[in-house]
Amino acid sequence: MCLAIPGKIVELDSQNALHAVVDVVGVRRKVDLGLLQDEPPVPGDWVLIHVGFAMSKISEADAVDQMRTLTMLGEADAAMEEVRGYGLENDGQDSWGQGPQSGNRS
Amino acid sequence: MKFVDEFRAPELIAKAGEEIRRLADPARHYRIMEVCGGHTHAIYRFGLKDLLPANVELIHGPGCPVCVLPMGRIDDGLSLAANPDFIFAAFGDMMRVPGTHGSPLEYKARGMDVRIVYSPADALKLARTNPTKHVMFFAIGFETTAPSTALTLKRAKAEGLPNFSVFCNHVTIIPAIRAILDSPDMRLDGFVGPGHVSTVIGCRPYDWIAMDEGKPVVVSGFEPLDILQSIVMLLRQLRKGEARVENQYKRVVPWEGNRAALRAMAEVFELRPYFEWRGLGFISQSALKIRASYAEWDAEQRFSVPGVRVTDPKAAQCGEVLKGVLKPAQCKLFGRECTPEQPVGALMVSSEGSCAAYYNYEHRKPVTIANAPSN
Repeated sequence: MCLAIPGKIVELDSQNALHAVVDVVGVRRKVDLGLLQDEPPVPGDWVLIHVGFAMSKISEADAVDQMRTLTMLGEADAAMEEVRGYGLENDGQDSWGQGPQSGNRS
Repeated sequence: MKFVDEFRAPELIAKAGEEIRRLADPARHYRIMEVCGGHTHAIYRFGLKDLLPANVELIHGPGCPVCVLPMGRIDDGLSLAANPDFIFAAFGDMMRVPGTHGSPLEYKARGMDVRIVYSPADALKLARTNPTKHVMFFAIGFETTAPSTALTLKRAKAEGLPNFSVFCNHVTIIPAIRAILDSPDMRLDGFVGPGHVSTVIGCRPYDWIAMDEGKPVVVSGFEPLDILQSIVMLLRQLRKGEARVENQYKRVVPWEGNRAALRAMAEVFELRPYFEWRGLGFISQSALKIRASYAEWDAEQRFSVPGVRVTDPKAAQCGEVLKGVLKPAQCKLFGRECTPEQPVGALMVSSEGSCAAYYNYEHRKPVTIANAPSN
């Protein structure tokens, strides 16, 4: 899927400047900021996330719009499953079997 | 942030529908292609066709990465991963796509180490944590996804990670649009342009469609109102005899795209001379291959790939549906041999595939914005 997931930057990774923790409707995961290196986000910024990478900065209002779009499209559950599936904090865990196998994320 | 399980501005949706009917010349038949599979999904889910007059027809485009991948590539990827020291990693939407001898999921049932990942970065992580195995990430997607694979390859190279590779099936949307416009059996009046692909490539790459082909393009968001507004913008241009690229999805799509993402792609990928698309055949310069400087992390350069070419099951008419020549229900297998539960063709697998969208929504119509209150 080409749908992107809105999240709020909560903190930057002090060990790795290319990583940040985002909050997506209460779920916190690390995402990669490498695609935003021209305008690095700071905590409090909202971003659109696609396959674990923040791909654009958006306003808070647009983030709310985007989550509503995902809900309307019936993709909110799949989006949350994707976010929960980001394994950046779970070294070595097999992501298989941690939820329904939809994950339509391309 | 809270979910709002309502349509945004139903009165505006009704107005957009009225405006479309007002703008559409009854003496003309408009054929508008929505390029992106996400739009196809939204159009079926919300029954948007019901809001359009009969002479405004939406044609579903090729923007579903799973759908356009020819079966031979799936077979090639799976045959590489048959090695017991391999882990085959892919996004969830690849898992049920049929290859000649089954889908990745079926290969897993037969004992192959097949893993779902939600990010290419997680495939890299699998390689770090499984140093005795080789992790091959089966990469699919248009320009929305390709930059993430590019950065992952850059990280793999920077780390010198020896047991990771990418089997690259990334494709680019512009040559596919060109192939469709060059197709003699396809007459189109304009395009609803892809939303998230355009966050990466921006709006300029569509200029030639307007300038050389004389067809308007409106890059669109995914809500019902976005898509209807985009159709209004297209019809306004057509009515005035104009052809321009417009951006309806300004809240997300910058006109210039994402330069950092484009740089990452350019550093890691180059264009293939040609690539086969399901339904559209071989299209020149339509896909990305990994540059020689990243050969060690390119499954195709590192291993011997059979290079299988497989024709789709004869009865399945995926190609005609992909090109927009046939509607999903006009395929002989639709809803009988080919269903979302037992897909024969990839268009029935992905939620972006027009067959799955048509199957899931066209008859049940669970959401009817056509009937949404107008005030």
